[in-house]
Amino acid sequence: MDYMNRISSKHLDVLKEIGNIGAGHSATALSKLLDKKIDMNVPNVKIVSFNELMEWVGGPEVVIAGVFLRIEGEIPGSLFFVLSIEQAERFIKQLLNDDLFSFHKTDYDEIGFSALQELGNILTGSYLSSLSDLTDLSIYPSVPALSIDMFGAVISHGLIELSHVSDFAIVIDTIIKEDDPCEEHVDSVKGHFFLLPDPDSFKKLFDALGVSDET
Amino acid sequence: MKPESVEIIKVGIADLNIVRSPNLIRTSGLGSCVGLIIYDKVQEIAGLAHIMLPDSSLANKDTIKLAKYADTAIPELISKLSESGARKCHLSAKMAGGAQMFHFQASTDMMRIGPRNVEAIKLHLANYNIKIVSEDVGGNSGRTIEFNPKTSELMIRTVNQGTKMI
Repeated sequence: MDYMNRISSKHLDVLKEIGNIGAGHSATALSKLLDKKIDMNVPNVKIVSFNELMEWVGGPEVVIAGVFLRIEGEIPGSLFFVLSIEQAERFIKQLLNDDLFSFHKTDYDEIGFSALQELGNILTGSYLSSLSDLTDLSIYPSVPALSIDMFGAVISHGLIELSHVSDFAIVIDTIIKEDDPCEEHVDSVKGHFFLLPDPDSFKKLFDALGVSDET
Repeated sequence: MKPESVEIIKVGIADLNIVRSPNLIRTSGLGSCVGLIIYDKVQEIAGLAHIMLPDSSLANKDTIKLAKYADTAIPELISKLSESGARKCHLSAKMAGGAQMFHFQASTDMMRIGPRNVEAIKLHLANYNIKIVSEDVGGNSGRTIEFNPKTSELMIRTVNQGTKMI
């Protein structure tokens, strides 16, 4: 795809900044929600084949909780918020203030699902509103939907629009996590934001942010 | 009896491959995509395609990935099978996938991609006179599938419903 050949390091920096600002606002929202300090990693922007993307977060068969929404308006694309099941459970425990919560107890299904859905709404909403403020472009998100299933099955939904014209995706991946004084604590909650702009959106994004005249 | 070493051939998204008994062929994490198996029961040869889209008419023809589209994956599978010694008159098909992973009020064409993939595959298989022996399509679960050309059995695993054979 020609738009991918034209992407320079300056463009990548702009995409990183988008990930930074979007996830930064989400981290703030999450921090308020849980009354905890939330950290984020430097965004990772990569041009990957579909198969490389499927291998992310532990491979296509790993079960995850994914909140997905379509972005419509001037820069159409897909946005995912992805958590491992353990992490989703931990989030819900904190949100509901209930240490006993588990996806394996069927009577909890409904409330857990709805808490996670709401969390997804808030986090993706703050991601997108900051993106809209930054670019001054109009963005209309669809209502976010939640799916708990294999990563490959969930993420491939975000590739449908791209796959009509390309075999590669530009992914802006930002991780937010609980600030943990003991480094590398295995239990700390970690969530991925994946922003997958549609091919035609890149030019508009770069124009809006003043980096269109790259050679 | 000496146990035969069995290899599992993995097929990625928008890709296809051929397997010969006693080896197995597998693809993981099918959502709206469809895993199509065309096989020759007699020769114990099978091909699997991980199909993403119903048709290639909108695609850039120069760099087309044949396995990505239903209309191009099926002839490609058939020709690969013939090259490997499968007989056209012996070919049958099984398939799984085509789920709807997310539910939205506004059901656009993109959201219905799973069912559209399934419809397109059925149409093209009919054109080649290949019978669908069994299928597990639709629903809203992701699937991992594995085909055994020796027994012609297709194993389907989902997160909530365990595994089954069709």
